[in-house]
Amino acid sequence: MNTSLNVSSLYDGIVIDHITQGHGYKIFQQLGLDKIDAAVVLIRNVKSSKMGRKDLIKVETTEELNLDVLGLIDPGITVNYIRNGEKVRKIKMELPQKVKGILTCKNPRCITNQEAIKDITFRLVDPVRKEYACEYCDVRTSL
Amino acid sequence: MTLKGRSLIEPSDFSLNEIEEILRLADRIIQEPHLYSEVCKGKVLASLFYEPSTRTRFSFDAAMYRLGGQVLGFSDPSTSSTAKGETVADSARTIAQYSDIIAVRHPKEGTALHMSRYADIPVINAGDGGHQHPTQTLTDLLTIHHYYGSFDGLTVGVCGDLKFGRTVHSLITCLSRYSNMRFVFISPEELKIPKYVKEKAEDAGIPYIETTDLESCIGQLDILYMTRVQRERFVSEEEYLRLRDFYILTKEKMERAKEKMIVMHPLPRVNEIAVEVDDDPRAVYFHQVKFGMYVRMALIMKLLGLEAPQGR
Repeated sequence: MNTSLNVSSLYDGIVIDHITQGHGYKIFQQLGLDKIDAAVVLIRNVKSSKMGRKDLIKVETTEELNLDVLGLIDPGITVNYIRNGEKVRKIKMELPQKVKGILTCKNPRCITNQEAIKDITFRLVDPVRKEYACEYCDVRTSL
Repeated sequence: MTLKGRSLIEPSDFSLNEIEEILRLADRIIQEPHLYSEVCKGKVLASLFYEPSTRTRFSFDAAMYRLGGQVLGFSDPSTSSTAKGETVADSARTIAQYSDIIAVRHPKEGTALHMSRYADIPVINAGDGGHQHPTQTLTDLLTIHHYYGSFDGLTVGVCGDLKFGRTVHSLITCLSRYSNMRFVFISPEELKIPKYVKEKAEDAGIPYIETTDLESCIGQLDILYMTRVQRERFVSEEEYLRLRDFYILTKEKMERAKEKMIVMHPLPRVNEIAVEVDDDPRAVYFHQVKFGMYVRMALIMKLLGLEAPQGR
């Protein structure tokens, strides 16, 4: 691995670590990292003692990102917050009980598909299948 | 928590205590309806029916008139601003300026919840597509409460289209919140009750059985809730006709039932209850319609924070 991509090399930002190999690009897209005005690195197929291979993302920003989607795609991801070159917080992502503004309802009879309703909340109803129910019509969906 | 100012989108919005508070008030209205004839004087119900309905719309309108209030609204969306492209959110904000409470039926699921987030007055869901119809559930609860006095120890049989029948889903979900119930789900294989409804009963530890045979289980029931097989749910007319006539409650079948069993139906019926059953004192489905009006009267009063007349 290129040492310039190590956690310690980031001064202010977040490191999204322990991403299952192959999920990195999906997370990159879901977080909209192609649209933010910050330095972003996606590293794929990094060697890992625990996982064999993993993906890794580094974002140089102090802005808050909505990271709920991480638990949705890949529970087990860890997020390290770096400030002034130091790791100040580490969070292990889990499947969220509720997600807001990430999922859209697939039910054509749902009002959310007729009117422009933003930030729809979905609640977890089946952790095994990662299924969430729309707050408006209760129809289940997954990412 | 008071019911004043709240909306009713689905039955689980209210606690069992709050539901019973509404049922108790409805019972008092049934006893002496004349005492409530001016409770809503000066209040306006917006009755917004974006899809056809006779029973529910009349029931809401009659409830408001019998409380001394007034009703404005439409039963044909082509006569409303929706035809000009107005959003439901804007309609809610506008109509809330003219009225004190809204009853809305809309073909899109979730519309009542959406409206309640824009209207600053109580919104009652009068049916949102195939999703929820909470005032039908309150009607059913009041009917059971009226005849049995409580929900304790009852065996409730639901029969017919248990797959698409939202009234059954809502009723079973709501009754699963009471303890000491028992359910019998009677349907053809093709119209079995959805898994999520059975899970509600399982989670609450309520025993249930599933059967295709009405005659063999009718003798166990305290309540038989019949439902209509809906034509619009089928692609094949032949399949619809076959399932429509799968269960027909007749006088002969009623002979096997308990003397105190009641027969309920959300109406309209098609073939599933023979007309000959109507004269049986256990057939309460037309009384059920009236209970629907009384429970809506009680609901409107509670959501508007109106008190029963003095001394009551």
